[in-house]
Amino acid sequence: MQLLILAWKSLLNRRATALLTLLSISFSVLLLVGVERLRTEARESFANTISGTDLILGARSGTVQLLLYSVFHIGDATNNISWKSYQDIAAMPRVDWIIPIALGDSHRGFRVIGTDQSYFTHYRHGRNQSLTFARGGPFQDLYDVVVGAEVAKSLGYHLGDAVVVAHGASDVSFARHADKPFRVVGILERSGTPLDRALYVSLQAIEAIHVDWRNGGPPPPGQSIPAGQAREMDLTPRAITAALIGLKARIATFQVQRRINEYPEEPLTAILPGVALSQLWGLVGVAENALLLVSVCVVIVGLIGMLTALLSSLNERRREMAILRSVGARPAHVFALIMGEAFALTTTGALTGVALLYAVLFSTRQLIEYRFGIHLAQTGLSAHELMLLGLVLLAGLLVGILPSYRAYRLSLADGLSIRV
Amino acid sequence: MEGAVPKHAPGQSPDNVIRIRDLTFRWKLGMPQVLDLPSLVIDRGERIFIEGASGSGKSTLLSLLAGVILPERGEIQVLGERLDRLGSVQRDHFRAHHIGFVFQMFNLIPYLSVVENVLLPCRFSDQRRLRALRDADSLEAEALRLLRQLDMTDATLLRRPVTSLSVGQQQRVAAARALIGAPALLIADEPTSSLDSDRRESFIRLLFDECARAGSTLVFVSHDASLEPLFNRTLRLSEINRSAAARRAEG
Repeated sequence: MQLLILAWKSLLNRRATALLTLLSISFSVLLLVGVERLRTEARESFANTISGTDLILGARSGTVQLLLYSVFHIGDATNNISWKSYQDIAAMPRVDWIIPIALGDSHRGFRVIGTDQSYFTHYRHGRNQSLTFARGGPFQDLYDVVVGAEVAKSLGYHLGDAVVVAHGASDVSFARHADKPFRVVGILERSGTPLDRALYVSLQAIEAIHVDWRNGGPPPPGQSIPAGQAREMDLTPRAITAALIGLKARIATFQVQRRINEYPEEPLTAILPGVALSQLWGLVGVAENALLLVSVCVVIVGLIGMLTALLSSLNERRREMAILRSVGARPAHVFALIMGEAFALTTTGALTGVALLYAVLFSTRQLIEYRFGIHLAQTGLSAHELMLLGLVLLAGLLVGILPSYRAYRLSLADGLSIRV
Repeated sequence: MEGAVPKHAPGQSPDNVIRIRDLTFRWKLGMPQVLDLPSLVIDRGERIFIEGASGSGKSTLLSLLAGVILPERGEIQVLGERLDRLGSVQRDHFRAHHIGFVFQMFNLIPYLSVVENVLLPCRFSDQRRLRALRDADSLEAEALRLLRQLDMTDATLLRRPVTSLSVGQQQRVAAARALIGAPALLIADEPTSSLDSDRRESFIRLLFDECARAGSTLVFVSHDASLEPLFNRTLRLSEINRSAAARRAEG
């Protein structure tokens, strides 16, 4: 204890260098624990995008691709599912509920999703949360649209505003369904998931805006059908893109999956969202691990900074060590003194780093949640984060051994008078 | 550690504080011999002046007495303890308990206060702490008493950073530190050479008074022969050290 006080006072005496060392250690710890926190939360919110769904149904394609376009609204489907197949699957006795998804249209960069009321009653994200409305409610009329929180915020939409849907993913004037505008009837609560970045209409609406299109192109002049007239036509969907399935009993998952994969009339795929999510995370995980590796390197650089500072201070402190030796300090004390300094620097650095992290978390929490949909929990340090901090402290002590041993050797050689 | 060796071998007085016989020393094997002392005896309560030019083996002798280094051959006995037979940790303890040091300059730890500097030996030796507490209520009181005895009375002086004190004041703080806890042996290595000549004598007289009060034996090492008359006895290293290197240094 006496020695730690001595080490501390000695450090204060060299406070300019000590402060710089401290700063580099705290910032590296801030980065390390911050990256770790972000990593955990990103993974969590990634896995939270969809929950409660047992199977995702799509045309035959890759697992990750199906997950990407059906849940994350990224990329396109290569094939559709016929309406008949969809109805067959929906009618399977083990299926509890099914949410159809029809993709292919967009609005100013946001996806338009054709679905039905089951989306609002059965879709779950996070910890079993269903969709809630900030304003309004689900679509009722054919030309009603529900918009996600991010869409409403960035385009400034309010209830009752008119929305024109464009064909395909890009918004070009010749491919707009300008003759059949929609009306905003509901705005979803922010969820921090891709749900925020989409618009929702009924399957019939998707059918209606394409009713006069021919071969994937706009209607030839004079053949377009007005919005009112389209209401009277048969708007049964011809195809959908994907469907989310909830089963009556989870135990039947693999059985239903096999039956879908072996469906004789059309090549279909059913995937387990959890498996697909972890496959996808496996791809993203490389970048995420690289990030952690970089922050570990930053910590190492910080500790090397401390090593440099300690080593370069030794020469000017040889006299101090000689004085301490003359008043009874043993070489072991000299060793402990430098170790104490390394310990004090690393500990204070780590504590400051964690304090900084919480300050940063607290001030940027809303920005991160808004921009990236990642909810950073204001919780205490996790066991894993504590372990990381423990490793930093251990590394600090290990780094301290070198200058401490050098000081020990020097004080053995110098004795009470310095022979330079 | 005491009792590990017989306190007094036959043929020696219990009043011997330092007793050296047939001691030789060289820094490394193959390097020239620095010290060759057939005999050196200092008694309790003596005030000894050891005179030697630089290179005469002064620092080496002091390091041997401090137990920082060991002789190549021969006996070195301090306060009845054979230092050449003790382990390095025991020698460190021995030094902490029984020997106070004052050096030529840079005696003080710059980041500690005057009183903290004086109290340093008590941090490393229980014996010195207990002895310091014998005559005073607290360690701080004892430190202040010693400083007062050494003419460091000004309270504002004690609060200043030690680096802002004059050399003479620093040397008195160093003396107070060497004397706290009444070590049996006080070794002063050129403590006055950075002082003005008129201050030298007063500093040495203060040192004498405090050594007498604490019952400490004073070994004072200097190249300045003009201080010699103040002491009981003078030893000239050039005369007692037979090593060739020392003779060359003298020549």
